[in-house]
Amino acid sequence: MISGTGLAKRLGDRRVFRDVDVALADGGFLLVTGPNGSGKTTLLRVLAGLMAPDAGTLELPPRHTIGYLGHEPLVYRELTPLENLTLFGRLYRIPERAERIGMLLERFGLWEVRHDRVSTFSRGMQQRLGLCRALLHEPGLLLLDEPFNALDTDAAVLLDGVLAEPRTTVVATHEPERVERFATARLAFA
Amino acid sequence: MNYVSDVAALTRKDLLLELRAKETLPSMLLFVIAALTIFHFALPRGTGHQAALGLLWSAIIFTALLGLTRAFVAEREQSLFDALVLAPCDRSAIWLAKSLAVLAFLVCAEVVALPAFGAFFSGVDGRTVAAVALADVGIAAVGTLFGAMAVAGRARELLLPLLFLPMAIPIVVGGVGGYLWFLVLYDAIFALLAWAMFEYVIAEV
Repeated sequence: MISGTGLAKRLGDRRVFRDVDVALADGGFLLVTGPNGSGKTTLLRVLAGLMAPDAGTLELPPRHTIGYLGHEPLVYRELTPLENLTLFGRLYRIPERAERIGMLLERFGLWEVRHDRVSTFSRGMQQRLGLCRALLHEPGLLLLDEPFNALDTDAAVLLDGVLAEPRTTVVATHEPERVERFATARLAFA
Repeated sequence: MNYVSDVAALTRKDLLLELRAKETLPSMLLFVIAALTIFHFALPRGTGHQAALGLLWSAIIFTALLGLTRAFVAEREQSLFDALVLAPCDRSAIWLAKSLAVLAFLVCAEVVALPAFGAFFSGVDGRTVAAVALADVGIAAVGTLFGAMAVAGRARELLLPLLFLPMAIPIVVGGVGGYLWFLVLYDAIFALLAWAMFEYVIAEV
């Protein structure tokens, strides 16, 4: 569950947002919309616990139950998908890590390239690997920032499958029509 | 036990990244050899051992600085602190693993630098080798902390030398003087401080 009231955040001299209330029950889907620079990414970083709000109160689930995918896939480009997921699997202390990693790589179509360096991947493949990383520890809260960026049609269908799973999810996007059908709550930045 | 396995996994990752990218260590090796060569020709003949030793320490400090500027490149360029901070591992494990990787690169550079110093100037005794080994620990501990702080700053290329070089002065004093006890004390105090402070340094990187 997420509960935030009166949230405000400044970055340097710029006020990114203020008086933002967020309430999302377990299993809910919050759709955050708004134009570029309106504060969507900053809000997601606050909800991920990567930034503290300057004002307001915020209740979040424990850090290890959060899966986060930002604008970057958050994987090491000089490592392979297998090495990246093994590293994060160890840090998240995932039991039966190899099976979980294998299943995700298969699901997102990366099994065949599991030994290739990420630096050789297209942006879409990196995004798919980023999704694998975010889902690796079976998070209770999934935070996705513009998740459809660079994904081809097949990968977008896979992502639709992820979004349809019963899980608390927050998606920030400037293309709300792609995920509108999943949303149980909405927050629009001007 | 989890802490040790986290540190091991993160250290392995840093060493693997360098093995693949081959950016930091070759630069450090080239720099330290070039610096010692320049010092060799710049120093007048008949200069004493102590003066030459001072130049060795200067070369070590600036070589370390070169390595430290590269220490967090992957995390900075690919925003990977976000992924590491979200993981349920102790954040000090990230510092310790990075420090161990920096220490490994420093030791590799010195395996080349010390014989080169012996060839260009005069031989190095066991006390100097011990001082260099102790200094490496302090350099890695303090430098890694400042490297992470610099990642958060806007003028990061300026910030790291400005933070690190003043803190390296005691290392040079202890190293040139051969005060091993002083270097042990420096290592213990600053490694402990860096270990405890790292969590706050990367709180909002």
